[in-house]
Amino acid sequence: MATETTTRAKLRWGLLDVIVVVFALIPVLWIASLSFKTPATLTDGKFIPREWTLENYRTIFDTDQFVRALVNSIGIALIATAVAVVLGAMAAYAISRLDFPGKRLLVGVSLLIAMFPQVSLVSPLFEIERQLGLFDTWPGLILPYITFALPLAIYTLSAFFKQIPWDLEKAAKMDGATQGQAFRRVIAPLAAPGLFTTAILVFIFCWNDFLFAISLTSTERSRTVPAALSFFTGASQFEDPTGAICAAAVVITVPIILFVLFFQRRIVSGLTSGAVKG
Amino acid sequence: MADIVLDKVSKRFPDGTVAVRDVDLEIADGEFVILVGPSGCGKSTTLNMIAGLEDISSGELRIGGQRVNDKAPRDRDIAMVFQSYALYPNMTVRENMAFPLRLQKLDRETINAKVEDAAKVLELTALLDRKPSNLSGGQRQRVAMGRAIVRQPKAFLMDEPLSNLDAKLRVQMRTVVSRLQKQLGTTTVYVTHDQTEAMTLGDRVVIMRGGEVQQVGPPQELYDHPRNLFVAGFIGSPSMNFLHAAVEDGRLRTALGDVPIGDRVRRQLDGADAPRELILGVRPEHFEDAALIDDETRRRGLEFEAPVEIVESMGSDKYVYFTVEGERASAAELEELAADAGAADFTGAGASLVTRLSAESPVAEGETRRVWFNLEKIHLFDPSNGRNLTLHEGRAAGALAD
Repeated sequence: MATETTTRAKLRWGLLDVIVVVFALIPVLWIASLSFKTPATLTDGKFIPREWTLENYRTIFDTDQFVRALVNSIGIALIATAVAVVLGAMAAYAISRLDFPGKRLLVGVSLLIAMFPQVSLVSPLFEIERQLGLFDTWPGLILPYITFALPLAIYTLSAFFKQIPWDLEKAAKMDGATQGQAFRRVIAPLAAPGLFTTAILVFIFCWNDFLFAISLTSTERSRTVPAALSFFTGASQFEDPTGAICAAAVVITVPIILFVLFFQRRIVSGLTSGAVKG
Repeated sequence: MADIVLDKVSKRFPDGTVAVRDVDLEIADGEFVILVGPSGCGKSTTLNMIAGLEDISSGELRIGGQRVNDKAPRDRDIAMVFQSYALYPNMTVRENMAFPLRLQKLDRETINAKVEDAAKVLELTALLDRKPSNLSGGQRQRVAMGRAIVRQPKAFLMDEPLSNLDAKLRVQMRTVVSRLQKQLGTTTVYVTHDQTEAMTLGDRVVIMRGGEVQQVGPPQELYDHPRNLFVAGFIGSPSMNFLHAAVEDGRLRTALGDVPIGDRVRRQLDGADAPRELILGVRPEHFEDAALIDDETRRRGLEFEAPVEIVESMGSDKYVYFTVEGERASAAELEELAADAGAADFTGAGASLVTRLSAESPVAEGETRRVWFNLEKIHLFDPSNGRNLTLHEGRAAGALAD
């Protein structure tokens, strides 16, 4: 009887899982399906395209607009991620290891930044960046991204650093390492899963941002893909750009998937097992 | 290799608490010294100060004759084994052991040779290419030791290295540690809270309480001639029995009967400010079944009758617990020891007496048995400061000495 209930429980959970996955994936699949449809069949209401075409993809890569935005997106997101993770790692290490005056304040303020409604900052930022000449430049987007990604990075990373036994650092010091060597050769390799997880989260945050991208840019000099999509017109002004927009949407999800897959292999859980006790 | 000298070393934390107070200790080259005491006695802090992981608030620390107060751990050339082993999980056993050598920038061949040698000593050769996560507790412990011995430091520091092992392995590793230390002849400071480890391992034992050194000496000396109540109660398992004793008419009135006292103790009790109440301490093995002793021995002791509560037969001898009526011995030291043993809130009515009798004794639970105890081996303590009154020039002489 016990096995019967477990089989039934398994079935029930399996069904629930399938529902959730389907629910989450339908919009994605729908967009993917639209991106392969010809303009004529776009509105036929069929989930699987009757006529397959790659025309939409050809169109978006023909327009300089999209390629340029893609370059902007990748560049801005990568730079912002790198800076945020490096700064966040240092701050998180200090928070988890040292006892310094104002530590609680620092943690509190970073939490405050994370919770602050970004919308209310858009107009002041717009004014500030225009004054400083940062408007419509890469740094103009990278800086606010770092600001809002840092609390996230600090929080995730300090959780990871706290998991690393302090004894390891002491052991490294006793073995003759300097503070820097102890961090580089012992702590950092162990914190690597945390660094990669944080990098993924920060990258996704920067990559997906629409609010800052639309308000702090004006030309394709620094416009990122989410913003560029909203200006999409297709190959000529008279074409319906729906197919092209869908194709572009599919294209910009690809780097994220690659990014996650690439780093996921490095996120080996339980990397610290075996360090202490038995 | 070097000697380690602590000269009035103290540790004061920023919040004002004093973890270690004026510790004076001279550890000779090649000596194996154990720091022991209940948790919070400052033994680990002392070790960390020797290691350089904690700053020294005042006093001087010399290793090999050189003041090292302000030197970083890496410049002191001492190795440490941690309670948690602290192996680097991202490195193999070989890399773990090679780590200190690589930091010294030795060439690859020397490193390999040294690691192989250390691995052979600790029987780790077959495990060299495994990661710590694939090792058992005992193996990890050996790797931690290997990492310490591989670079032939001036001294080893060990912070409760065996306390994470199960009981059987701990006994086994104890001999490994002991043999290794003798083989290498390296000065070793070993911290433990386990008095059995302290008794069996060290050349000398340092007993600490509340950041202060209580007594330093070879294990047997601490056992036979404890300077105070705390040392007497801490060393020995089962621990010493403590009974309340009232001074009346030149005798001590105790639950075991009236104990006569010799001139030497009497002189100490003659003073105006001398204590009127004492604590009598008797070790379990100084009791014997009164039916089993000859007259010659009988004269040196005192007999009493008490109901038998529990008999634990160990094969070689019997642990017999008696219930005795009368006031409980009370002193700050005893409460602290009870708290450390986790028995602070465990107080039965009357006092329980632990004795170790010969296996031949036909003692049975529930009966009332006549028991003898040796007056030459008893200790008398002043409850106000814990001082052992029977101690004369460092030797305990019992209650009868003239």
